[in-house]
Amino acid sequence: MKISGAEIIVECLKKENVEVMFGYPGGVVIPIFHQIFNAPFKFILSRHEQGAVHAADGYARASGKPGVVLATSGPGATNLVTGIATAYMDSVPLVVFTGQVHSAMIGNDAFQEVDVTGITRPISKHNYLVQDINDLSRIIKESFYIASTGRPGPVVIDVPVDISNGFTRFHYPESVNIKGYKPVYEGHSGQIEKACGLIESSSRPVIYSGGGVIISNASEELRTFVKKTGIPVTTTLLGMGAYPETDSLSLEMLGMHGTYYANRAMHESDLVIAIGARFDDRVTGKIDTFIPNAKVIHIDIDPASVSKNVLVDIPIVGDCKKVLGEMNKIIQPPRITEWIDKINQWKKDHPLSYEDSGKGRIKPQYIVEEIYRQTGGEAIICTEVGQNQMWAAQFYKFTEPRSFISSGGLGTMGYGFPAAIGAQLARPDKRVIDIAGDGSIQMNIQELIVAVQHRIPVIIAILNNGFLGMVRQWQQLFYDKRYSHTCINFAPDFVKLAEAYGAAGISVKERNEVIPAIKKALEITDRPIIIDFHVAREENVYPMVPAGKSVKDTIMRDLA
Amino acid sequence: MKQYVISVKVENKFGVLARVAGLFSARGYNIDSLTVSTTEQDNISIMTIVVKGDDRVIEQVKKQLNKLIDVIKVTDHSDIPTVQMEIVIIKISAPQSKRAEIFQLGEIFRADIADISAKSITLGVKGEPEKIDNFIELLRPYGIKELMRTGRVSMVKETKDSK
Ligand SMILES: Cc1ncc(C[n+]2csc(CCOP(=O)(O)OP(=O)(O)O)c2C)c(N)n1
Repeated sequence: MKISGAEIIVECLKKENVEVMFGYPGGVVIPIFHQIFNAPFKFILSRHEQGAVHAADGYARASGKPGVVLATSGPGATNLVTGIATAYMDSVPLVVFTGQVHSAMIGNDAFQEVDVTGITRPISKHNYLVQDINDLSRIIKESFYIASTGRPGPVVIDVPVDISNGFTRFHYPESVNIKGYKPVYEGHSGQIEKACGLIESSSRPVIYSGGGVIISNASEELRTFVKKTGIPVTTTLLGMGAYPETDSLSLEMLGMHGTYYANRAMHESDLVIAIGARFDDRVTGKIDTFIPNAKVIHIDIDPASVSKNVLVDIPIVGDCKKVLGEMNKIIQPPRITEWIDKINQWKKDHPLSYEDSGKGRIKPQYIVEEIYRQTGGEAIICTEVGQNQMWAAQFYKFTEPRSFISSGGLGTMGYGFPAAIGAQLARPDKRVIDIAGDGSIQMNIQELIVAVQHRIPVIIAILNNGFLGMVRQWQQLFYDKRYSHTCINFAPDFVKLAEAYGAAGISVKERNEVIPAIKKALEITDRPIIIDFHVAREENVYPMVPAGKSVKDTIMRDLA
Repeated sequence: MKQYVISVKVENKFGVLARVAGLFSARGYNIDSLTVSTTEQDNISIMTIVVKGDDRVIEQVKKQLNKLIDVIKVTDHSDIPTVQMEIVIIKISAPQSKRAEIFQLGEIFRADIADISAKSITLGVKGEPEKIDNFIELLRPYGIKELMRTGRVSMVKETKDSK
């Protein structure tokens, strides 16, 4: 029996056990929507395609399964671009379907035609333009495979309307065979032994753990490795939660706004064990002065990440989970008590802190600490981008993988809230909170109605400082305090806005209202909640290693 | 900056040329030459890319090329024994008085006389890139009106220990 291309798409998604799809309709995808109408999976209609792709991304990060998106040609597809790039930078598995004009019209500047494969080529792991309906099911099978294996990432499938409307026999391939794509999972045993030898003889080792550890579900193996070796762990922004930040061997986050002790330990280290991390410039600062005395072991599934920014002594290409599992079988602990004492002293001397007299406008850091306390550290925290993101990273203590969801590599404002919707759909058992800035939240606020419609009780905690705070901080520190176009206190009333959408709105201006407001929000379970926290307007994020500088240039606090 | 010759075996699929070229252009690299050739195998093409660059960046580009789904294999031909060939077509001013000399030069390089007009001669030469460089330099004094090189193709030499 022959079925249509649109039906084939739905059949393939069923075969892939897709639970939820995110998207927005338009002319050339009506045939697909026609079939989705009766599909057994949930479809979440966003109010802007960017909302759909970020939601799919949040779903993927919270669940570990690929997020699936559908949008129309032309503007529908271009509205996805930021979301695809966001997922690409952070290695998030997505399968993105875009409609395309009729094959016969491609290249003719047809109505709502854009070159989707051209536009998404540098921001996707792979992409396809379907040219023959008989390739459709194979392409979908390959897309799910490519998106979720190796170093994951978004795959785009551009489907011309005549393919959706065409007919053929449906056959879903059992397996894929792509000549040029054979990810390596097993680490080289000789390299693993060498690495273990180097670790055992090191005296100042540090584990630098990244998003790859979360992606490969290697958190258990990492914990075992630390238990066996006693080596302290710092994580990247995207690596948070792989190792409990409440443990004494955790140095928490490193990098531009990382803890003093994490950055100092890296700097003084004689052996950095990088696991699923990529030496991003927000981590390294000035590359010439980064880890000047350390040998480097780098475990990563992506060979292109190895020796890209920092030359590596022992590269191990493979899956973090497998490689750590192998190492755990043979590793012996190094002798590092002196090193640990030294680190503990740094922790004591330079803890993460902020000044809080308890008077005046509320300190944003205090709010994050209270959110942590009131949720018992059990929530999934999404963030926007800017100061809000950094305070969330610093003052919420993450103990479980996939509990912190944030746009790291691209730093996309407007990511957090739609991602929170996706995360909540993946984890209905969890409270999901978007820690937001008053700037970022306005970038995808239209998605509020989606949360209201589906009774998704995401809490949006706006740290409202009336500024594009992070940019203002740079202007204050490096551009003579000229606040050029960063003051945004010409703002909507967020409580009324929440109410207009049918969400709950709470305004908090006094410190003693913080706890009751969070408690009240946590009691609401049938709709989204905005808490508008009016916070100190010119608070800065510290410590700060200025861009392109080294640890010794760290700014610890405001110089009054 | 060193000149690199990189050979990229690819699946002959829609968009593969753009993917490969895009990796260079995204880094601001100007490709000196790029040829795409069919091979003894169906659906498999080989691209020979000549590019100048900095060691580490080229190393990175090679890894990124390997990451492309449609790329099957990347081989660096810069420092290994290879057979390399390219073709040049060159049109030069050729008044009657100079023609004999030009024909003679052509003969030494086994050039084809592709076209002759009242004022010009067009020659075609194939061979190793260095040979072509030399040929062009020798013809330069006559006045080059138009010149085109195909870009090279490069194949690894069968040596005693190669299987
Ligand atoms: C889409 C996008 N545009 C611009 C930026 C640059 N940027 C980084 S942080 C920031 C300010 C964010 O302001 P807000 O959301 O209010 O957060 P705050 O820093 O005040 O916590 C800006 C504009 C960005 N990261 N993303």
